[in-house]
Amino acid sequence: MAEQASIDTSAPAEEGVRRRDFINIAAVSFAGVGGAAVLVPLVSQMAPSADVLAQSSTEIDISAIQPGQAIKAVFRKQPVFIRNLTPEEISAAEKVDVASLRDPQSLEERTKEGKTNWLITMGVCTHLGCVPLGAGEGEVKGEFGGYFCPCHGSSYDTAARIRKGPAPKNLEVPEYAFTSDTVVKIG
Amino acid sequence: MSFPWANEYKPANGLTQWLDEKLPLPRFVYNAVGAGYPVPRNLNYMWNFGVLAGFCLVLQIVTGVILAMHYAANAGVAFDSVEHIMRDVNWGWMLRYAHANGASAFFVVVYLHIFRGFFYSSYKAPREMIWLLGVVIFLLMMATAFMGYVLPWGQMSFWGAKVITGLFGAIPVVGEPLQVWLLGGYAPDNAALNRFFSLHFLLPFVIAGVIILHIWALHIPGSSNPTGVEVKTESDTVPFHPYYTAKDGFGLGIFLLIYCAVLFFAPNMLGHPDNYIPANPLSTPAHIVPEWYFWPFYAILRAFTSDFFFIPAKLMGVLAMFSAILVWFFLPWLDTSPVRSGHYRPLFRKFFWLLLIDVAVLGYCGGAPAAEPFVMISQIASMYYFLHFLVILPLVSSIEKPEPLPFSITEAVLGKDESAVLNANPAAA
Repeated sequence: MAEQASIDTSAPAEEGVRRRDFINIAAVSFAGVGGAAVLVPLVSQMAPSADVLAQSSTEIDISAIQPGQAIKAVFRKQPVFIRNLTPEEISAAEKVDVASLRDPQSLEERTKEGKTNWLITMGVCTHLGCVPLGAGEGEVKGEFGGYFCPCHGSSYDTAARIRKGPAPKNLEVPEYAFTSDTVVKIG
Repeated sequence: MSFPWANEYKPANGLTQWLDEKLPLPRFVYNAVGAGYPVPRNLNYMWNFGVLAGFCLVLQIVTGVILAMHYAANAGVAFDSVEHIMRDVNWGWMLRYAHANGASAFFVVVYLHIFRGFFYSSYKAPREMIWLLGVVIFLLMMATAFMGYVLPWGQMSFWGAKVITGLFGAIPVVGEPLQVWLLGGYAPDNAALNRFFSLHFLLPFVIAGVIILHIWALHIPGSSNPTGVEVKTESDTVPFHPYYTAKDGFGLGIFLLIYCAVLFFAPNMLGHPDNYIPANPLSTPAHIVPEWYFWPFYAILRAFTSDFFFIPAKLMGVLAMFSAILVWFFLPWLDTSPVRSGHYRPLFRKFFWLLLIDVAVLGYCGGAPAAEPFVMISQIASMYYFLHFLVILPLVSSIEKPEPLPFSITEAVLGKDESAVLNANPAAA
């Protein structure tokens, strides 16, 4: 140690980068990058695994749903609400001034063309993920006639748009397509 | 690290002497919680709760390790394996109830420990580090308790996991990918249950590690005391053993009486019946609430119902909830009064009790349904909570006229201190 110190002090400063400095920095950098690279699998293993990602689409027969009725289906282990809106519900949704909404969207933007009566949304409250009430027979629909989340009191209207309570967004409309008049494919 | 008059460890026999030279563990224990650690002589029963919290951690680790021998962390069988523990495993019902109520007991004693810190300003210099580490322990406890509650995979477990991981979804931009990453899926399922089990097993040992740092930091200035006056001479202290081992032992006895009364006569008093229904991802229980020890913070979360300028209500609630605990980190610098103990701070004392009432109100609202008048009350109480720490505390510190302090701990206890008289008349000495 004493010998080392004497070498360091005797070495003239103008010699610049020494061979040993280079080796030190190179070795530590190399080990550092290698160490950081180990984090990739450690972090990535937490993300959804292949079998979870595989459950990416669901086909649902909607022929039995009468106007005013709704069903709960399952998509990616989460509920999906499929509602057949009544004409009154459609007009109630259309009467609202879109600009006045927290998450401004019209009923047309939230449904497929020519199928305005089919409101398909995730059954996941955008606040903290509870399942809102209103899809089942006899459940509370909240003061705007759509869905009501019992957890923190968010109320959605007949187009499942957020109207009151802490939720920031309308109920999410998943990607879907009608494969026929009576079958819808979600995802 | 200790006072100069601390008793010195003397190995009693050849074996302990041999050990002392190789690994001075008995010496370490003697100096930490034995006769070698001088402690202020005037500690009251509020100083029992640190030891009780340590006891609760040991209780939770012992019962938890045993439960892990019978529990299966798989979404398909987790609920059944808990019922298996309750019905089939010898003494399984007792061990599970002991663990579930042990968590509540742990929070009871830790809250009392924290309130002790508030009243006697235990966070003030030179003890800031002890306080900061304590807040870290509390945060770790909350994480551990939350993940433990998910493991039985009942309705409350499932929806608790969904709501709490949903909090992370409130973070702008990265929130939703982060939530999916935390859960390993789009909703709580097998992946989430397994990782929660793994972390629930790990974190108590992390807590134990931080507790060692907490006590290490404590032993540098030594314990505070109800007068807030620092130790001056040997007559201000007594050795930890036997004086406080005895006092803590008595406190432990009282604690165990209450704990066992709940354990054997009302083991489900603090639980929710909904958690005896297996997890159902398609149906949220009508009234979901966390365990009682999260209620005050849950009330703050729910108090934000409308957007604040450009910040969505949901993010505001999440920020406020975390800030409610993070503000404790700044406590040593928010309270600038040089007097520690609430006994000598007439104005501070009133606001301390007001804060306790406020937290109790928040707790009540957090457990109540998300409807009026509870939302309005939570909003007022949340506002007062932050007002207390950010405005009232600094203000009180600057305008209050504290009452006169005793000269020393000895004077506070005996009514007179010889050295106080000597100091007052140096000529007489």
